[in-house]
Amino acid sequence: MSAALSIENLRVEYPDGAGGVFVAVDGVSLDVAKGEIHALVGESGAGKTTVGNAAMGLIDKPGRIAGGTIRIGGIAVDPATGEAPGVVRGRDIGAVFQDPMTSLNPLFTIEAQIGETLRHHLGLDARAARERALELLRSVGIPEPERRLSAYPHQLSGGQRQRVVIACALSCAPKLVIADEPTTALDVSIQAQILKLLRDLADRTGIGLLLVTHNMGVVAEIADRVTIMHRGKAVESGTVRDVLAAPQHPYSRALLGAVPRLDRKLARFEVPGEGGGDTAQAARTKIAAQARDEGQVKVSEKLLEVRDLVVEYRARGWLPGMKGTAFRAVDGVSFDVAPGEIFGLVGESGCGKTTVAGAIAGLLKPDAGEILYRGAPVAAKGGASRRAIQMIFQDPYSSLNARLRIGTMLAEPILFYRLAATQAEATEDAAMLLNAVGLPPEAAQRFPHAFSGGQRQRISIARALAARPRLIVCDEPTSSLDVSVQAQILNLLKDLRDANGLTLLFISHDLAVVRQMCDRVAVMRGGKIVELRAADALFETPEHAYTRELLNLVPRPERHGRNGG
Amino acid sequence: MKLGRDIDLPFSVALAAAVAIALVLAAAFAPLLSPFDPTDIATYNLADSELPPRWTLDGDPRFLLGTDNQGRDLYSAILYGARVSIGIGAASVLTAALFGITLGLVAGYFGGAIDAAIMRVGDVIMSFPTILLALLVAGLARGLIPQASSAAWTPVILIAAIAIHEWVQYARTVRAATMVETAKDYVKAARVIGLPPTRIMLRHILPNVMGPVLVIATINLAAAVLTEATLSFLGVGMPPTYPSLGTLIRIGNEFVFSGIWWIATFPALALIVLVLAVNVVGDWLRDRFNPKLRGRE
Amino acid sequence: MAGLLLSRLLQAALVMIAVTAVAFAMFRFVGDPVRAMAREDSTPQERAELAQALGLDQPVPVQYARFVGRVARGDFGISYRNQRPVTTLIAERLPATLELVFAATLLALGLGIPLGVMCAIRPDGAAARLVQSISLIGISTPTFVTGIALILFFAVTLRWLPSFGRGDIVDLGFWTTGYLTGSGLRSLVLPSITLALYQLTLIMRLVRSEMIDALSSDYIRFARARGLPKSRIHYVLALRNALMPVITVTGLQIGSLVAFAIVTETVFQWPGMGLLFIQAVSFVDIPVMAAYLMFVGALFVVLNTAVDLVYAIVDPRLRKAKG
Repeated sequence: MSAALSIENLRVEYPDGAGGVFVAVDGVSLDVAKGEIHALVGESGAGKTTVGNAAMGLIDKPGRIAGGTIRIGGIAVDPATGEAPGVVRGRDIGAVFQDPMTSLNPLFTIEAQIGETLRHHLGLDARAARERALELLRSVGIPEPERRLSAYPHQLSGGQRQRVVIACALSCAPKLVIADEPTTALDVSIQAQILKLLRDLADRTGIGLLLVTHNMGVVAEIADRVTIMHRGKAVESGTVRDVLAAPQHPYSRALLGAVPRLDRKLARFEVPGEGGGDTAQAARTKIAAQARDEGQVKVSEKLLEVRDLVVEYRARGWLPGMKGTAFRAVDGVSFDVAPGEIFGLVGESGCGKTTVAGAIAGLLKPDAGEILYRGAPVAAKGGASRRAIQMIFQDPYSSLNARLRIGTMLAEPILFYRLAATQAEATEDAAMLLNAVGLPPEAAQRFPHAFSGGQRQRISIARALAARPRLIVCDEPTSSLDVSVQAQILNLLKDLRDANGLTLLFISHDLAVVRQMCDRVAVMRGGKIVELRAADALFETPEHAYTRELLNLVPRPERHGRNGG
Repeated sequence: MKLGRDIDLPFSVALAAAVAIALVLAAAFAPLLSPFDPTDIATYNLADSELPPRWTLDGDPRFLLGTDNQGRDLYSAILYGARVSIGIGAASVLTAALFGITLGLVAGYFGGAIDAAIMRVGDVIMSFPTILLALLVAGLARGLIPQASSAAWTPVILIAAIAIHEWVQYARTVRAATMVETAKDYVKAARVIGLPPTRIMLRHILPNVMGPVLVIATINLAAAVLTEATLSFLGVGMPPTYPSLGTLIRIGNEFVFSGIWWIATFPALALIVLVLAVNVVGDWLRDRFNPKLRGRE
Repeated sequence: MAGLLLSRLLQAALVMIAVTAVAFAMFRFVGDPVRAMAREDSTPQERAELAQALGLDQPVPVQYARFVGRVARGDFGISYRNQRPVTTLIAERLPATLELVFAATLLALGLGIPLGVMCAIRPDGAAARLVQSISLIGISTPTFVTGIALILFFAVTLRWLPSFGRGDIVDLGFWTTGYLTGSGLRSLVLPSITLALYQLTLIMRLVRSEMIDALSSDYIRFARARGLPKSRIHYVLALRNALMPVITVTGLQIGSLVAFAIVTETVFQWPGMGLLFIQAVSFVDIPVMAAYLMFVGALFVVLNTAVDLVYAIVDPRLRKAKG
């Protein structure tokens, strides 16, 4: 029996626009056996998605397969056309993409979209297609499949849509399914269901599954074999058990070392080549001295108190003055933050954690309750607390103004709050801030587009520090970053806290990250806090059922082999 | 052709830009380039009327493109006419852009009732085509201001008539872009720093929404020149004593049937070349600013 | 759906209030209606009586209410210029304009959509490039120049087609049509091409860019990954998504065709409402201008509301969620 997919020495090139070529995939080989889940992991730009696209025959011009062979069920693919004789895309190879919101055509019903594939490839009539579609929806676990058939994509939840996408992929009983980040856009609880579904399908139907992902936890949870990619090359390949337990290649070791663990707290992430060094230390000492000049906060004092916070969103009416229906995003949240601590706020999307952050940072007006900074209400405009509370954001791309130089950006709060007497002093301060976050002072002369995601996040941190705050609200500060960069940024935040006595309010959906960062943690659900305890206690002996459920659902690298991989 | 870091200018666009700039310069320096002053009635000579272009059998060497029904040199009249057309077009674009950008920024940044009020007024205005609204304004102005048909007042009325419709486009675009930008984290960061709204709008948001505005302004310049020409052609624009390109075509239209083709043809050609050149540049700009189309180049 | 309908009707009412208010203001404050309507040699006594008859001695809100009442009954007053009821004038001219607009709409949609699709599917093909270039010239050429050029070529030089008027028309009592006679149809050719050309290029360019957007979307990629044939992906899946905005634009286009008919009718001396309006503008014939404004306003409101409702029916995302 031949493998469902067999790739040998694959090379994919794109013209780089300057006459040369960019090699996206360079000599990658891998096999996906029947009934096997083969994970292809790597950070962004590693070339893993390109491998998936090559297998599906979806390499868009001007890219081309420049070398190697791809065999699907033993039949070689013609590199020029991406087609293999007798192998039909959609019938013999199924595809699942990352975002279920955009994979389905919004103007057609679920039945039309599944049935179309069936009618085209299997020549079924409308009745038979309907029967088969029903069967498929049942097999992917969609409740009330009869009703869903006539539904449009927008009427389904994200998890249901991804199930429909999987049903489409499975419709003609393919031998091979290629899933590109199939759970990245989903919440953990839905992710867990989808992963279980994929595992079951591989076991039950014997399809081979090539799973492209960046998430080590997902790999550990369901994959049998794994190939780790780095800069277009496959650096390591083997069973999940072997690779995760004892990675051989230095890159694999670094990558696995950077994955935050959920089972125990480490002092720091071990990341090679960090931007620390003496200049950074010196700069941080200076910043700490500035902070001391502003007066100390007693450890016994509460830095921030949130009391019965309520925030509602209202749909806007068509005419001025018309009010829409209200949605209560935050529903009576209370907690305190002590000076110098890292306080974590976790929950799934839509639980209200980002809204809490916005209210504390003054971006939103609470509908009820109060927020006190050192005993005094946080004013919406101006006031000392405005400067004392700063924020860093999730998306490193949208959080920097593309039209301002980094230096100007950092000097703006310094000059606005008259923290420096002259422009020259402000420039000097900006250079010091860049040093403190591990960037060269020359960065001040450049525009944001010159920097990578991780560097931008450092700049964002420097900008927050520029106002000389006491409290920094970090809203998912590493969710858009690759794990190795995430590890560096998390280390940086810890270092800054240690050097300057900063207080952090750390908001994240990633429980492992929260475990590594926080002293105390509040778990949110439906706008309310369900559990608030010291981090170690919460992670080791969760009390609330929801906390337990969340912890249980997270795919963990350290839990590999559970499925007998 | 390379411009700056990564701007690849196709030949057709470079040519169009060159033509547009040449036409604008020719219009600006019309008094230096024209053999006659077409606004000075004293230089007309009815004996010279309806002379065909120089290169034809009956052509007169004094008049390159021939003369109109009053003996006015067509070449000079076109240069001066282009000056009027471009001037009115540019002024209406500036007026509309200024109003539209301001209102769009305010509506997009603050939202709520201010936003709703501005946008509803815009909706009502956009319910009518430019040309109809402009005709109404021009027509009403004649009823309200007796001197409205005078050469001094007409340009002002024309600018207002065109801008009253066009500002909505800027306001809508800037509002939408402002809402997108306002939701972005860099604006939130500026708000967290505590910067006042005017400063955030002018320093942070405005530079980031100017891209689409530039595209609209370019395309609208072409549209405004066309609207002015249409109004003048319909007889509610510039008077024959101080003609724009549209007025010249109107004059020429009366002679088309008698075989006197040049009076309408040359101003029309000038108008089309001008508008086409601006549109080619505008089209290219729009494709560059549309990331979806850009990826396919 | 009911909420949408209500909000649309409210919007429509608001626009109509604004439009009638402008029309009323024109009527009342632009020029002096009494002087415009009274005979040259009328006495001050006669003028005062006329003012009273027109209700000009009443407070302005009352005058406005009466104005709206008259309009609702179809009474738009008497034309200053030719002293006939405006309603009669418009009724005489309406068929000519609507027949012209109908022909132009068919042309614009019938050619614009296929050309746009072609340009989107093969954006780098020779035909697409040619059509793109011609379309740029199309949107850069003012309607009246197109009209004059067509007249010069087909009517003056080749003498194939008439250059002005509607030709022979058939009077059906409530409607006059040129569609039933040979000369009527021949007269329609040049004006409808002139009127359609600009809209055609707009529709073509819109379909092209919408189609390109749709073709680069994730669900089209997913459809390709399911191995569906190209023809189906292009003409059924992507086209359906691309045509959604075309609905809106077509609705608005019909409205603006009525407005642009002013220019076409002037060039071809087509006896429609546009010609009536442009004559009214040059003579400051306020009742006709006001009536035309209200007519076009009402037309736009009806079209806009219809487009929104059609959209709500066609686009499942706007229908009330059933699940």
